[in-house]
Amino acid sequence: MSTYQSFTSLARAMLLGFRRDKGALFFTVLFPLMFLVIFGGVFGHQATAKVTVVAAGPVPLVDRAVAHDGDLAGTLKVVRAASRDAALKKVEKGDADAFVEQSGNALNVRYSVADQVKSGTARGLLSSIAQSANLAATGRPPAYTVTEAQVEDRSLKAIQFFTPSLLGWALASAGVFGASQTLVTWRTKGILRRLRLSPAPVPTVFAARVAVSLGIALVQFAVFVAVAHLPFFGLKLTGDWWLAIPTLMAGVLAFLGIGTLIGSWAKTQETAQLVGQLVVLPMAFLGGSFFPLDSMPGWMRAVSYVFPLRYLNQGMLDVMGRGLGPGSVLVPIAVLLGVALVTALLAVRVFRWDAA
Amino acid sequence: MAYTISASGLRKRYGDVAAVDGVSFDVEAGEFFGILGPNGAGKTTVLEIVEGLRRADGGEVSVLGLPPWPRNPRLLPRIGVQLQSSAFFERLTAREQLQTFGSLYGVPAARADAMLEMVGLTDKAGVQVEKLSGGQAQRLSIACALVHDPELVFLDEPTAALDPQARRNLWDVLAGISTEGRTIVLTTHHMDEAESLCDRVAIMDAGRILQLGAPAALVRGLDAPARVSVASGTLPVEDARALPAADEVADDGVSLVVSTRDPGAVVAALAAKDALAGVRIGGATLEDVFLELTGREYRA
Ligand SMILES: Nc1ncnc2c1ncn2[C@@H]1O[C@H](COP(=O)(O)OP(=O)(O)OP(=O)(O)O)[C@@H](O)[C@H]1O
Ligand SMILES: [Mg+2]
Repeated sequence: MSTYQSFTSLARAMLLGFRRDKGALFFTVLFPLMFLVIFGGVFGHQATAKVTVVAAGPVPLVDRAVAHDGDLAGTLKVVRAASRDAALKKVEKGDADAFVEQSGNALNVRYSVADQVKSGTARGLLSSIAQSANLAATGRPPAYTVTEAQVEDRSLKAIQFFTPSLLGWALASAGVFGASQTLVTWRTKGILRRLRLSPAPVPTVFAARVAVSLGIALVQFAVFVAVAHLPFFGLKLTGDWWLAIPTLMAGVLAFLGIGTLIGSWAKTQETAQLVGQLVVLPMAFLGGSFFPLDSMPGWMRAVSYVFPLRYLNQGMLDVMGRGLGPGSVLVPIAVLLGVALVTALLAVRVFRWDAA
Repeated sequence: MAYTISASGLRKRYGDVAAVDGVSFDVEAGEFFGILGPNGAGKTTVLEIVEGLRRADGGEVSVLGLPPWPRNPRLLPRIGVQLQSSAFFERLTAREQLQTFGSLYGVPAARADAMLEMVGLTDKAGVQVEKLSGGQAQRLSIACALVHDPELVFLDEPTAALDPQARRNLWDVLAGISTEGRTIVLTTHHMDEAESLCDRVAIMDAGRILQLGAPAALVRGLDAPARVSVASGTLPVEDARALPAADEVADDGVSLVVSTRDPGAVVAALAAKDALAGVRIGGATLEDVFLELTGREYRA
């Protein structure tokens, strides 16, 4: 009973202290959110119309295909130019990926090799349009068909990537700094000694910190998802997105463990702050919070495996961004819980009640 | 008879410094016990050992019949501690501090307001601790030590950094809590504080207790002269020397001071000469006791 009472009142004290700390509120909630708004806004509308072809005259074959095939309309965009010359100029300047004209039954395509991937895609799409038209002209059902399904969306929409990844960074900062600053401040200000003189069992102090951090993490999650869900950003959560919650809880435990370790060791707030930054920033960059792991060079990707944040980002990205199932978060959760356990055990060994 | 605190032969070293060097004392139930000494005397270290915050390198201590080290959860609810530097939760108001500390001891939240009233902070209940003045923070810190109504209270320099007025106010508070049958152990730099509050005082310097006893007994035991002073020039120095019972006479240009063992006779003689302008009589104080014991001025 008294243990529970100690727990709730310590948790309340920490929460009130946090809520009244404008700096902490800013850095744990608003600051990462600003990154989401900026990154989501800047990169947000990139992945839509993927290939642009420009036409000067009528291209009924292409128009018909785009009009009837929703998927095609999503990848191929047809724009018009005033003249053939103007259209070719657009391709040269890179405003369009290919030029197309139809004379009779022939599609005439001109492209630039400036962006080989895009011009290649344009050529492929246009020739498949011609072939489907040929097939339709025979009046027979196709002898061979290809059914396709996406394995993993490599060209994830920016918001689908940035929401879980920047959230991971926000959670890591809140966990590491929350735990280390509380511990160092409470020690240097003598609150730890004062608690030691009270009959409250020691674990309640830590349990209270964990509970408060989990609460703060859920708020961060809710705020991030709410903002990313705005039509302007257009986050889409599908399938088992809720699995992000147990994943982020495991992440909070891991980062609290790291923060507790730093806070147990560091003598001053400045040291704790500095070491916290040295841990969180590289981890955020190399753990895939600011740019996707897939786009990193191989050695960087190899290095990323040492950062706990990598697992949190990966797990949340899989279930929130890519709509993958429960299997994708098992390993991340296990790794994060392992980190939490190891750091907690280490922290117990270096923990000090007293400043001196 | 079982003492509330019984300490014998306590020792604590920090590297080369013998912070506590063989300290023994007993405190009886209901006593107001003072530890008096200059900076670095070892007062805080003694308290920390008795409270159970530090382990002594040597010696025995028992508190309410229990050993304070290692951390003893059966003892902790019975003692209240005010640490030398106030320890408050950040950004909590005065009332929230008391509620939080109280709940660690299973005290209902409603008691917070009674405590605020006791230390005269009712109008500061909703103010965050960072915005309290030094004296207000000190009083809140004492209230936090008392919130669970402990039998034994430790106060480490509760009046440090207070102005004289605030110090007097706090003395009233401390005298009040002591009348409720509590045992109080207090450390201080101030001789006058020890004299007016404590039943018994231990005078400490350099890790040792130099003398222990009731303040009045210590002063009396000193057999030090009283001082009668009048405004300088009221009387020629020669005439003053001729006064009955005058031992020593000095005139510093501001006052003429006559040391004597019979201040009554000196004052009567001065009155007969109509030379009482600005008269003051000072008895020996604990400061004289300290000077006598250590051979140096007391520097608080
Ligand atoms: N944690 C510590 N580490 C090293 N030395 C210490 C420590 N605490 C105290 N000391 C030393 O022990 C001696 C006694 O210190 P203590 O704090 O007990 O004195 P004090 O009488 O309470 O002084 P003050 O009136 O200044 O509070 C001092 O010389 C101090 O420098
Ligand atoms: Mg001290």
